[in-house]
Amino acid sequence: MRYIESAGGPPRSAQDCVVYLDHAATTPMLPAAIAAMTEELAQVGNPSSLHNAGRRARRVVEESREQIAEAVGARPSEVIFTSGGTEADNLAVKGLYLARRAADPARRRVLATAVEHHAVLDSAGWLASHEQAEAVWLPVDATALLCPEVLMDAIIADPDSVALATVMWANNEVGTVQPIAELAGIAREYGIPFHTDAVQAAGQLPVDFAASGVDALTITGHKIGGPVGVGALLLARGVRPVPVLHGGGQESEVRSGTLDAPAIRAFAVAVGLTVAGRDDEASRLTKLRDDLIAQVLAAVPDAILNGAPPGPGRLPGNAHFSFPGCEGDALLMLLDARGIACSTGSACTAGVAQPSHVLLAMDPDEARARGSLRFSLGHTSSQEDVDALGAVIGEVVERARRAAR
Amino acid sequence: MTSLRVLAAMSGGVDSAVAAARAADAGHDVTGIHLALSANPQSYRTGARGCCTLEDARDARRAADVIGIPFYVWDMAERFDRDVVQDFVAEYARGRTPNPCLRCNEKIKFAAVLDRAVALGFDAVCTGHHARLVGGALRRSVDQAKDQSYVLAVLTREQLGRAMFPLGASTKDDVRAEAAARGMGVAAKPDSHDVCFIPDGDTRGFLARRLGRAPGSIVEADGTAVGTHDGVYGFTIGQRKGLRVATPARDGKPRYVLDIEPASRTVTVGPLESLDVLDIVAERPVWTGCRPPDRPRDCLVQLRAHGDVHAAVARTEAGRLLIRLATPARGVATGQAAVLYDGDTVLGSATIVATS
Repeated sequence: MRYIESAGGPPRSAQDCVVYLDHAATTPMLPAAIAAMTEELAQVGNPSSLHNAGRRARRVVEESREQIAEAVGARPSEVIFTSGGTEADNLAVKGLYLARRAADPARRRVLATAVEHHAVLDSAGWLASHEQAEAVWLPVDATALLCPEVLMDAIIADPDSVALATVMWANNEVGTVQPIAELAGIAREYGIPFHTDAVQAAGQLPVDFAASGVDALTITGHKIGGPVGVGALLLARGVRPVPVLHGGGQESEVRSGTLDAPAIRAFAVAVGLTVAGRDDEASRLTKLRDDLIAQVLAAVPDAILNGAPPGPGRLPGNAHFSFPGCEGDALLMLLDARGIACSTGSACTAGVAQPSHVLLAMDPDEARARGSLRFSLGHTSSQEDVDALGAVIGEVVERARRAAR
Repeated sequence: MTSLRVLAAMSGGVDSAVAAARAADAGHDVTGIHLALSANPQSYRTGARGCCTLEDARDARRAADVIGIPFYVWDMAERFDRDVVQDFVAEYARGRTPNPCLRCNEKIKFAAVLDRAVALGFDAVCTGHHARLVGGALRRSVDQAKDQSYVLAVLTREQLGRAMFPLGASTKDDVRAEAAARGMGVAAKPDSHDVCFIPDGDTRGFLARRLGRAPGSIVEADGTAVGTHDGVYGFTIGQRKGLRVATPARDGKPRYVLDIEPASRTVTVGPLESLDVLDIVAERPVWTGCRPPDRPRDCLVQLRAHGDVHAAVARTEAGRLLIRLATPARGVATGQAAVLYDGDTVLGSATIVATS
């Protein structure tokens, strides 16, 4: 258990004493990334400027680009910096659709799983409502896994009408890992560009851009110990989306906007450190996560673990449960009051929890979807965090059940 | 004083924000919630007033930030639609004039929300209503103009036992000044008016969309037809405007709605004097300020929100409340609450079902 410093002294209440089990939402920045960013913030220079200060900033950006490329198996020229995962997903889905349709007006179908992040889901939906696209939602199985046959069937129904396919590497809610290389191989057979949102995968799984065979891949800084507000779209050579942001023509004319040298430098530091320590960290998190699952199931025997069984098919830091007879938001509030931060993993409208589209795609039972919680572990997680959850989850679920009656 | 676990219902307005702040200052462990009452927050109301917009949720959240308490949004849209909106429509369809704020207190804030709060480990629900709780009984606010005891009088002793109204001893001006002093952005936010789920204030249009056209006739007390209407739900007892009566009254005086008969879709109109009511029958009495009276009791009665107070004698008979007014009252609508007071203490309340 760790303490967040409150202004003016020691922790005052449970609110200041946090067991943070929501690393999939955002994870603390690595101290080295904070140091790099802080140092860079004190510098002046637009990386696009021609003078000495500009050249210095440009060098920071390009060295960062090379570090990131090296860490994720890409060429430096394949790294397009963005403001984060949402922008990278928008650029991939909208940009590739528009480019493919411009080359052949018959290409209208966007193939995506029903469990994509909203950045992909809503981009495809927007194309359907504004750009004559047909969004094809590929069904997943009860663990959120996309069977390669499903993608294959969707393509061969009419291969020439497919603009792109997009399948997330690992699901942000239930942690299910998709067979990306196999899926990308199928798309490749038909010459269809394949995008993957690897925002959740990048910090915990071996993500190798070249080896995966995908054409476009999204990563973001704040899920791997870097800052919020910076990410990248990796674009294989020759893959040219139509820009979403227009302006100064930075990033090979694909993404305009002044390059954020401090954030990019911190992003690169975080990627480098995270990838270097990834295998050890993944096995550490897997052990913690398996213990978390065991403690929760011991305290709440009828809890249901959602997603893939623990193993290579699941993100090491992810545990996601349905608690029958509970409302997820009541569970979250009760845990919050006990200093434990987690997530219902659902979209918000004015803070109102909607049943998760991911869970509904896995199982149409809305009650199961509403009564669910995600616990996600990361680099600061400890056995104490898991034990703290295990100590209260039984009582919290019992109370939430009474409130739902 | 014992510290309680308090759930503060925060609408996004100034009253509930200051109420929550006072509860926290009093040493209670306060958690703020905003009730989302519409599945689609834009559908009921847009603009700064009311209780259902994204902006209100944001205002409530910012007030909670300033106080320094946890804050969540509770989705009560289904319950609100069923217990308040549908009830509102059904009551109008029966020729009555419901008070949805009263129903919301009875069925949502101090029922659905309170029950959930208690189950989750809270001791009390705190709101920004202008009313006082003294020894378990409900009393009027010291700010008579802002007093809301009328819309709370439907609550039972058990419900009041779990309620906390920290504003009852303050005037609205004091509350606004305090909000400003606390640095709350809602200090100058306009008061909410109208019915929160009817954004444009057009109750008749809202009901017409829900109930459809149901034309009928407008008649004089002697049965003479003087006009037609599109639905009895467009009328309330004592209404003068919007009658669309073509022929002038024989005496030349304005006409008012005297009676609404939904089965035959008949609206009866007549002169002002015919609105006079002396006897009132009310159902489902709730007694919080005294024991159910076993013999006639002198008291004061209020017959609508912010309405006049009348001297009366009340008695119960076969589970009903019978009220005899000392002097006639006008425009007493069925569906409204009759709230009995002793001075400024609420004795009890019941729903008006008949007048004569």
